[in-house]
Parts: sequence; C-alpha cells; structure tokens
Amino acid sequence: MSSRVGMARYAARAAAGVARRLRGGSGTVIAGHVLEALAPGAVEALTTGRDVTLVTGTNGKTSITALTVAALGDEHLASNPDGANTRAGIAGALATGGDGAVVLETDEGWLPWAVAQTRPARVVLSNLSRDQLSRHHEVRALAVSWRAALAGVPLVIANADDPAVVWPALAARRQVWVAAGARWTADAATCPACGRACRRGPTGWGCTSCDLRRPRPHWWLEGNDLCGEDTRIPLRLDLPGRFNLGNAALALAAVDATGGVQLHDAARRLADVHAVAGRYQRVRFRGHDLRMMLAKNPAGWLELLDLMAPDRCPVVLVFNADGVDGRDPSWLYDVSFAPLRGRTVVVQGRRATDLMVRLELDDVEARLVRGSIADAVWVLPAGRVDVVGNYTAFQTALKEVRRG
Amino acid sequence: MADELTIVHVLPDLLGTYGDRGNVLALTHRAEARGVACRVVEVGLDERVPRTADLYVLGGGEDSAQLLAARTLLADDLVAAVLGAHTTLAVCAGLQLLAHGFEDSTGTRHQGLGLLDVECGRLEERAVGEVVTEPVDLPEVPSLTGYENHRGSARLHGSARPLGRVVAGVGNGHDDLEGVQQGHVIATYLHGPVLVRNPALADLLLSRAAGPLPEYEDPEVEELRKERLDVADPRRRRRHLLGY
Ligand SMILES: [Zn+2]
Repeated sequence: MSSRVGMARYAARAAAGVARRLRGGSGTVIAGHVLEALAPGAVEALTTGRDVTLVTGTNGKTSITALTVAALGDEHLASNPDGANTRAGIAGALATGGDGAVVLETDEGWLPWAVAQTRPARVVLSNLSRDQLSRHHEVRALAVSWRAALAGVPLVIANADDPAVVWPALAARRQVWVAAGARWTADAATCPACGRACRRGPTGWGCTSCDLRRPRPHWWLEGNDLCGEDTRIPLRLDLPGRFNLGNAALALAAVDATGGVQLHDAARRLADVHAVAGRYQRVRFRGHDLRMMLAKNPAGWLELLDLMAPDRCPVVLVFNADGVDGRDPSWLYDVSFAPLRGRTVVVQGRRATDLMVRLELDDVEARLVRGSIADAVWVLPAGRVDVVGNYTAFQTALKEVRRG
Repeated sequence: MADELTIVHVLPDLLGTYGDRGNVLALTHRAEARGVACRVVEVGLDERVPRTADLYVLGGGEDSAQLLAARTLLADDLVAAVLGAHTTLAVCAGLQLLAHGFEDSTGTRHQGLGLLDVECGRLEERAVGEVVTEPVDLPEVPSLTGYENHRGSARLHGSARPLGRVVAGVGNGHDDLEGVQQGHVIATYLHGPVLVRNPALADLLLSRAAGPLPEYEDPEVEELRKERLDVADPRRRRRHLLGY
C-alpha cells in the first residue's frame, strides 16, 4: 500500500467514526467518498494481492454476502454488510475493513466497474430480474454488460436455474453451477443469448433455438441438505424461506471455491446469521413482536408472500417510490397479492394509495393508517406482526423500531 | 349490456414487463362491479390468438421479448384482422407491434402488424416519468395519468388519431401527441397501469365491448388519480401555488 493510500484510508476511517457518532449508521459511504477523493485508484490498490469475492444479482446479494462472511469465519476480512453496494460503499468497506479476504456485495449496475477495479478471484451471481425499471430500464441490457465484464474472470459461481445469469456466467473462465432455485420466471421467457423462446420444464430450462440450456449443477438442495457430487451437508439456517437456502448454497459454493475452509464447519457457522442488514430481524415494539422484512421488486414479493403464507398474523405493508425504490410502482401488478386475503392488512407509506388500489383489485381488504409504524401497530391486537417494506420504507421502519 | 365478457390477454409472458396485467385486472374488476362476469384468456407462446372475444389487451415488453412477440404474431395471418375487428388496448411495445413498423435498440426497423397507420422510430433520449394528457375527442374521459418508460416514438399518419395531447411528459415524441386511436384500437405509451389510473378509459373500452354500463365509482382509485395528477399536472401545481 502506498503511503498516499494509507493516509487516505486513515482519514476515511476517521470520517466514518465521526459520521457514526453524529448520524448513526455505519459511515461506510462517507468513508468511501473520503478515500476516493484523497487517493483516486485506492480501490484497485487496496484489493491488489487479496482474495476478492464479488456478490451480485437482483435479489439475495446482501444475504449471500452475509452468509459468505459468516461461513468464512475470518475476523480480518473486509465486507459491506450494511448493503452499501455502489462505488462509494465498496470503497468505504475497503477503507474501514480488515486486511484479510474481501467479500463485497455489488450493485448490478456497478459490477463492471467493480470487476475492473478489484480483479476478483470469483463472482457470485444469484439471479437477474426486473427491479427499479425507471433506473435500469431493461433486464437484458444488464445481462449484456455482465457478460462483457465477466470475460476473463477466473471463476463464476452462478444460479443454474436462472437463464439470465447463466448466459453472462458462461463468459468467465470457469463456472460452478448451483441449483439455487428461481421462483420468479417472468423475465426468462426469452433466451438471453439469441432472443428466441426459452422454455421451462420439470427438469430445467432450455432455449428452443440455440444451445443455451440449464447446466448440470455441481451443488443442489435436497430438503435442507446441500448436496454435491460426493458431499451432503445439512443446513440449519435461522434465516427463513426456501430462497435463503438457495442463498446459503451459493455462499457455501463460493466458500468451497476459496479452498481454505472445511465446508461442514462453514455450514455450521451459517446458523449464527439471524438477520441481514435488519431483514428478518425480530423486534419487540410497543407490545408487539415484529418481524421486519424487505420486498423491493416482484420477484422478492413473490418469495415473501410464499414465506408468509402459512402464517395468519397481521401484516403492515409500507410502500414508497423514492429514489432507489424506482419511481414507477406499476410492478405491483406483476404479483398476485391474493395470498393475503383474509389477513389483517395495514398499509402505509408515501405511495400507500397505489398499494391500496392494488390490494382492492385482488380482493384483499386493507386499512390505510397514515404515519409511522407506531401508528400502524396501534390499531392491531398485541402479538406478532409481519412488517414488509420496499427499500426506503424498510429503512425508515427499521430505524423507528430500533429506536423503540 | 352483455352479461359475460371474454378478455384476451395477448402473450402476457412476453408483453407484461411493466405491470400490464393490471390493465386486465382493472377491466375485470370494473366489469364485475356491474355484474358482468369476465373470462380471461391468456395466450401463451404456442397458442393461437382466439378469433372471437370481446376485448383484447397487449402490454409492454423489453426489446428481445417484443421481437419474439412480433415474430409470433406475424406468423398468424389473421391476428391483425382479429384485433382490428374488436375492441383492443395496446400499451407501449403493444402499440409498436400494431404499427407499420418499429425500431429496435440498434436502430434496425422491424415490421409490425400494420393495423395502425403509425410508424414508430426511436426517441433521442429515453422517456421516463409521469405523464398527463388531455384526451382527444373523448368527452367522457377526463385527463389521462400514467407513467412512461420507453425509447420508442410514434408518428401518426392519415387515419390514425392521437389518444391525447401531452400536458406533461413526452408521449409519442411528435407534435406533443400521445397514443393512438384508430377504429376499435386504443394504443398508448402509458403504464401505471393505464386502466387502473384512468377508470373512465377502462369504462370506454368496456362499453364499446359490452354496451352501456351503469355508474360505478371507486373512491380508492379516485384518490390515486388525484394524487398522481397533483404531482404531475403543472396546471394543478399552478393552482396550488395561487391558493385555489
Ligand atoms: Zn437461445
């Protein structure tokens, strides 16, 4: 490390400390801005010679990053567990983290930059589906940019069940395929390689025109067990839902690829992950037991509605359309909210009316309660409540309930 | 008024990127509120577009999905005639597919169904944001509100009329017009979904397909319209500033 990068890193850490004291939060993004302002090129310098794993995808990237970090069990590594995943967040994580291995959640749009700067040993791809279309516009354009970025990357660990990640993954030098599941398939009707129809059957998916098809997975799930060619590892997660088993499978495949960790030990450490950047966190708040959840796009909603289905406790839905939420909430119509019928549903947020209309069209009775989470739970009987927000709504709700 | 309606959702797997299913939901919801039962037929990639239904809906899609939809629909000689003979709503990519032709992201022109006397090109910049238009020759339909997210333009010729005049937003990218009306077809770049945000437009399509409808007001939807128009309609913002 040059003295200039070292000085910049020192200043960035100090800035993060000040930001933490003044405003709460982690201060990672501020640290990133300071680092890059004082030492342009510091991201490249700080990752040179280190073992770098990048994690990206529309959904699950924060969870996979957290699970990978837990599984590695290395207290000296650098990561961005708070989900700050754009340029400043990545720079900040390197400025404030340890000097060991690097595991970085990376925004889909920033992947090409992150690959160029950090020259990762491996990249993990979870899935690719519509999200913030007012910003990303088209899913396929992202797949094309990934494919270009991944050319020359030594290894990609990718979800074999999503054509939109398999195609870019094929550009890397080597692939490890994980059958991590894909509940949402609406963005995989056309082949990402040739644009013809892509069909899905009980044994996988395949293009009707070119030879792109589901690769044979190296890792797959049988119940709660992660299976490989001659391995079977029981997974005991505290994180709920089938999709988190898929996330854990991708994380362990990535850890396995580092070569330095006993996989059964790594798997045991996954049980220590109880929440991911506040998601799935259980909080006692005003006489209620809240479970905090994030759903920011149709694929995410589909997973969460499945997850909540067996439960009949009241639900608070908080919905915004600001900045990173994407400004067009039309995607609410991509998902059926019918699984919420018969439950007590309270709606709030700056675009609450959009959600109220959406629920009405699916015959879900809901009550609009303006204000904060405290106002929402005030109208509910004491007991368990699921709170689901999209991105900015979730952040605000989390801050409120953590304050108590 | 008919007592049953068949609504055909054309290729929802390809043309449904921006919540377009919501247009079908709005139609069935408003029909059923008047006691009209609805049967929705979703046309899959291997299925033929039904020849005799009451209403046809086409949504928007990404470039590659739109090209596959074009190939699929052009392979069926009768589709243009079927859509042309029935009440049809086409949104975004749907609009372009019904035009003479449209351009993909590389600027290559592709043939459309030629049902609308419209040629679609490319806007200089992608149009993204809230839109407000004043409907043309549709006295029963108040200001239209929607969200646009497209790179396509639309130039209207001879027998094609605009759906609205742009008050806020981009629309067709020519002459401050938005959308198309021609024969039984209404086409627009507006998502939102457009029929959810504009119940009068949904009712117009329903009454064309099923005959006159009794009144039905949905307070939640009226609230949503008010919110969106307050945000996007500069005439309303001016009124707010002046305090009346
Ligand atoms: Zn193909």
